[in-house]
Amino acid sequence: MSSQQLDARRLLCPLPVIRTQDKVKHMQPGDQLEVICTDPGALSDIPAWCRINGHKVLRTEQDAGEVRIVIEVQ
Amino acid sequence: MNTTPSPAQRKAVALISGGLDSLLAAKLVLDQGIHVEGLNFFTGFCVEGHTHAIRQRDNPKPKRNNALWVAEQLGIKLHIIDVIEPYKQVLLNPKHGYGANLNPCLDCKSFMVGKALEWAQANDFDFIITGEVIGQRPMSQRADTMPVVQRESGAGDRLLRPLCAKHLAPTLPEREGWIDRDTLLDFNGRSRKPQMALAARYGFKDYATPAGGCCFLTDASYSRKLVDLWQARGAREYELDDIMLLKVGRHIRPRPHFKMIVGREEGENNFLEGYRKQFIQLRSISHRGPLVLIDGEVSDEDLRLAAQIAARFGQGREAEQVALQVVRHNGESQQLQVKPLGGEQIPPEWYI
Repeated sequence: MSSQQLDARRLLCPLPVIRTQDKVKHMQPGDQLEVICTDPGALSDIPAWCRINGHKVLRTEQDAGEVRIVIEVQ
Repeated sequence: MNTTPSPAQRKAVALISGGLDSLLAAKLVLDQGIHVEGLNFFTGFCVEGHTHAIRQRDNPKPKRNNALWVAEQLGIKLHIIDVIEPYKQVLLNPKHGYGANLNPCLDCKSFMVGKALEWAQANDFDFIITGEVIGQRPMSQRADTMPVVQRESGAGDRLLRPLCAKHLAPTLPEREGWIDRDTLLDFNGRSRKPQMALAARYGFKDYATPAGGCCFLTDASYSRKLVDLWQARGAREYELDDIMLLKVGRHIRPRPHFKMIVGREEGENNFLEGYRKQFIQLRSISHRGPLVLIDGEVSDEDLRLAAQIAARFGQGREAEQVALQVVRHNGESQQLQVKPLGGEQIPPEWYI
């Protein structure tokens, strides 16, 4: 199991979702991915993408203009 | 959530724009026991998503990506595909030309169905669904152009349009009995009432504006800015940053060789801030005012004119003198003191 980070800062939705999707495609069940974004829309879109694709959102944080979303690949 | 097909199940891939038509089309097919997954293409010109994120005034509205919302309502997977690069050829060289603005709708639809076909073949799916309705759009959804999409996309009779299928020849999924043609619909024309009635019957609420309008290329003001960009560069080409910036701020071209992008509010100023290393930037320091980017090579005289215009859009517009800070690409900065231009000194034709 691995932990990886995805820098999606300055990208506007849906690009953070697309980058997350493309990254997760190459990860294994149980792996964790932390996505860092500046578009607050990611707070809604990435969890929605996780729900429809069966991945788990472990936590979301928002501070200093950044959003961090940690996903566990299922 | 119906996300894993059974071995005997037929599989369809649905083009999901986030609007009502594609939601209903996919729902009709799902109800036939077909395994459906959604595809959403990101061209860079989609109104969806990012544009809502830029402007501060949109903050109170809940942000959502409508294509994801549709997929969630349907309980299907959604694959969002970045087609920014291949889409350039569609926009720059549309075989069937443009609509009222720079919208190459017919080529665009064929392109997207063609991409869906590639995806379907790669993932062993049987057919493609779209929410097209005959007679609904002046370019891509006419009786004479809908066969063009079938032909030029390569999808042929693997393309099913459930909302208006009864006006069209039976497709492969209907002929093979994967889909019962009797359950498909006969919508036509521009009225949205049948779609809204069907949505109510299914219990879908809070769907995105039914009339669509999901592409900036159908917008006259946006198209004008894109043409201006091409003219100024002497080449019909663009990168993602170019087309994103056309969605933000006031665009003013006081001289042929440079234009200004003036933030209209805090959200836009913050967004423009991200481009500070690519452009000369101007900001009033004596009064509150917008962030302004300058696109083009400017002389000292040009810079002074730009500063006078920039000052016009800040709280110092009536002041005798406004101090502005100029920051160049390399980080070097200088201050300018200028008298703001009066509104009448900025000719309307400078606004793009």
